[in-house]
Amino acid sequence: MIGLGLSRGFAVTLKNFLRPAVTEQYPDRHVGLIGAAKAAGMNPFQFLVKKPTDSLKAIAGLATVPVAVKQSPRFRGNEFTFFEDRCTACASCAKYCPLGIIEIVSVPGKIDAQEGESYKLEVFDIDIGRCMFCGLCVEACPYDALHMGTGFERSKYVRDELIITKEELFDAPKRPSSFYRPQFEENGFDPFKETIDDHHDAGRHERPSDEDLKRKWVDER
Amino acid sequence: MAIKTQPVTVNLGPQHPSTHGVFRMRVMFDGEEIVDVEPVFGYLHRGSEKLAEERTYTQIVTLTDRMDYVSSMLNNQAYILAVEKLAGIEPSPRGVWLRMIASELQRIASHLVATGFLLQDLGALGTPLIYAMRERENILDLFEMLCGARITNSYLRPGGVFMDAPAEFWPALDRGLGDILNTVDELETYLSGNEIVFSRTKGTAVLPKELLINASITGPMLRASGVDWDLRHRAPYDYYDRVSFDRILHTASDNYARYWVRVQETRESVKIIRQCIEQIEPGDVRPSFDEVPRLIRPPVGDAYAAIEGSKGELGFYLVSDGSIAPYRMHVRASSLINLTLLRDMLIGGQFGDLFVTFGSVDLNMGEVDR
Ligand code: SF4
Ligand code: SF4
Repeated sequence: MIGLGLSRGFAVTLKNFLRPAVTEQYPDRHVGLIGAAKAAGMNPFQFLVKKPTDSLKAIAGLATVPVAVKQSPRFRGNEFTFFEDRCTACASCAKYCPLGIIEIVSVPGKIDAQEGESYKLEVFDIDIGRCMFCGLCVEACPYDALHMGTGFERSKYVRDELIITKEELFDAPKRPSSFYRPQFEENGFDPFKETIDDHHDAGRHERPSDEDLKRKWVDER
Repeated sequence: MAIKTQPVTVNLGPQHPSTHGVFRMRVMFDGEEIVDVEPVFGYLHRGSEKLAEERTYTQIVTLTDRMDYVSSMLNNQAYILAVEKLAGIEPSPRGVWLRMIASELQRIASHLVATGFLLQDLGALGTPLIYAMRERENILDLFEMLCGARITNSYLRPGGVFMDAPAEFWPALDRGLGDILNTVDELETYLSGNEIVFSRTKGTAVLPKELLINASITGPMLRASGVDWDLRHRAPYDYYDRVSFDRILHTASDNYARYWVRVQETRESVKIIRQCIEQIEPGDVRPSFDEVPRLIRPPVGDAYAAIEGSKGELGFYLVSDGSIAPYRMHVRASSLINLTLLRDMLIGGQFGDLFVTFGSVDLNMGEVDR
């Protein structure tokens, strides 16, 4: 019968009309009086008395609160987390990058009686304006010094500001993503709530066992 | 009195929302009828095949993501299979199961996009597209859990995948599969019986079977004409010989058949994923770096591997000269080859059917131009 298919279609649309909305509100979400009071840390009556203008705004539907976007802990955000103390300036990351956008300059550092000669990192620049956040550099880092970050709000007006330098990496809050770092997932680390301040806590993803090291460096030589 | 009309040439695209990317057509109309079509493409050419010649085998995975950007997992899989064949790498079983799950999810996402945009071209502005996109969004969330990216995944590595799925992935996948089936059921209820869809798509742009075979068209377009050709069944790669699924065939070979085959195939993909979840075994997801180092140096030679992509046979041909980068890479891009019959589909048709027909081919300009 003509029209039956159409009406069935309208029934589906009606069903979907009554479903909760799936739209992600970002960066702000409109709230009513109760939501605005909650964001300010008061109950609605206190809020009405103490902040009458804000309450009026909230009742008119103009108040907004910022929202955090739902992200997975493995999210490869457009920044990096870097533990300078761990980096040996081996430049594996720079060699592994498909675009060659990591610049490393190292100079011989002090000579340690036990560990031998060490290298000092002079320049460590990542040009994230050209980066595609593939994570291959993180995968290549043998000492777990470089991690993907989880943030993504890094827009700038000038291209040059997109180059992340060593100092910037050093000062940034350390919220590494668990991309290619299974140890974070095992420890239940949540980059959206906590930071890793000490590089010792970051762990190693493929620490070879002593037997493996002996086989590789003693027996096979 | 007969009205005398003069043919007019109209330029469509490249910046046209219905051309699925940057595609340009020079179309000659006689009134409402299409007299001649000349496709012009190459606006999205990025030289991926040339770029691959100076990257190592692992780095090229990131280039393949960007070819067909609505089915990057499938591109990854085709490329990795070619590398494994070239270098003689034995993949890890768990890695293979994981990449089968990932690529079947990607096939569902790609078919949903194709269906949604086809209906958008039909004039169902917004609604079906949004329903399809909502479901695709869930799949992209699953990819984010797996590999940390939504579109440019780069999840696969020679010998498997780079990391095992997190614990929260499996319950989410289970939920997601139920949602996908619900959405497909909804799609069918409101579209497959819809009179407007019938009148617009049935019997338009019919392609004979022989022509499709001669033009080496593959994928849903070929199966919509009744030719039983699915590489997952004909030449099983990975572990497709250990799962069972029905091949979806239609005989009409018109726009409706192509749409119908895609919708039904999503159900089969769900079936395959369910079987993968049952059969997946614990273990490593990729061989150790002693077996497959980061810098692979395959022996001198060449290899071709093909998979059943979302749009047809997707193949990668690699030539190795023994160094860390391929000497030559060539992609058998299914979108480009499926485009070759555009003239046969459009000429003689009506102006209103132009974009519907174009949408039913399910093109991706990223793959056509590479
Ligand atoms: S994420 Fe990829 S493109 Fe970016 S610096 Fe690392 S290796 Fe290079
Ligand atoms: S690979 Fe790791 S240790 Fe080596 S230079 Fe890069 S960040 Fe430092």
